[in-house]
Amino acid sequence: MIWTVVLVASLCCYLLKYIGLAAPPAILERPAVRRAVGLVPAALLAALVVVQAFTDGSALVLDARAAGLGAAFLALLLRAPFLLVLLVAGGTAALVNGLA
Amino acid sequence: MFTGASQFALVGVLGAGGAPVAAVASAVLLGARNTLYGLRLAAPLDVRGFRRAVAAHAVIDETTAMALAAPTTAALRLAYAVTGLSLFLGWNLSTLAGALGSGLLGDSAQVALDAVVPAAFLALLWPRLRHSGTDRVVAAGGALIALVLTPVVAPGLQVMLAAAAVGLAFVGSRR
Repeated sequence: MIWTVVLVASLCCYLLKYIGLAAPPAILERPAVRRAVGLVPAALLAALVVVQAFTDGSALVLDARAAGLGAAFLALLLRAPFLLVLLVAGGTAALVNGLA
Repeated sequence: MFTGASQFALVGVLGAGGAPVAAVASAVLLGARNTLYGLRLAAPLDVRGFRRAVAAHAVIDETTAMALAAPTTAALRLAYAVTGLSLFLGWNLSTLAGALGSGLLGDSAQVALDAVVPAAFLALLWPRLRHSGTDRVVAAGGALIALVLTPVVAPGLQVMLAAAAVGLAFVGSRR
């Protein structure tokens, strides 16, 4: 089951790339389409941030993950590299969880 | 699957108990920008048949950025191939290590890992937030939609529906 989902999603993601290389450019060149597709990641990534940090199933929760996210935010403000941001987030959450 | 944000989204939605359809849809929405990259790269790469099928696999943020920064067509193709191959190997070896290693983790490591996931999404989002006010508005809208819908819709679906926040970018600009 899980592998079917992974394979279907993989195939879809691959086809999206292939279509770009194979399609006549005019199809997706409309400015509004370009703009919308370019902005979709901002909306989805932001949604994923809050869903992964503040929800558990259908419940809104506040736990060690929030502290980790806050620490990650500070690290990003200080222009920390990707891996360091993740380490800071994980370390902070583990610490807060240990204290609680 | 070789497109990071989509992979994370698929795992994130499934891990949160979301429906497979919602997980795949989120991954596809995040991967849709690769189609635009492909359109940009089609002319300079100029690949057909089997070579196109292979080259398509590497159409992602990083390869597009490296290729389009190259001064000549030859350098562009080289940059594309080198970036694509090295990322492909590194990424998939890391994924394998993660899959094999996660069973060895203790409780506090699990807590840490749970916090790493949203931090990773935030880090992926960060460059967009820094460079574009429109992206900030859309991101705020997406986050709000997702939080408001979480208690109401099936897990995972709120992520997909958050894409509607893109509409914010077009409000007021239509005249």
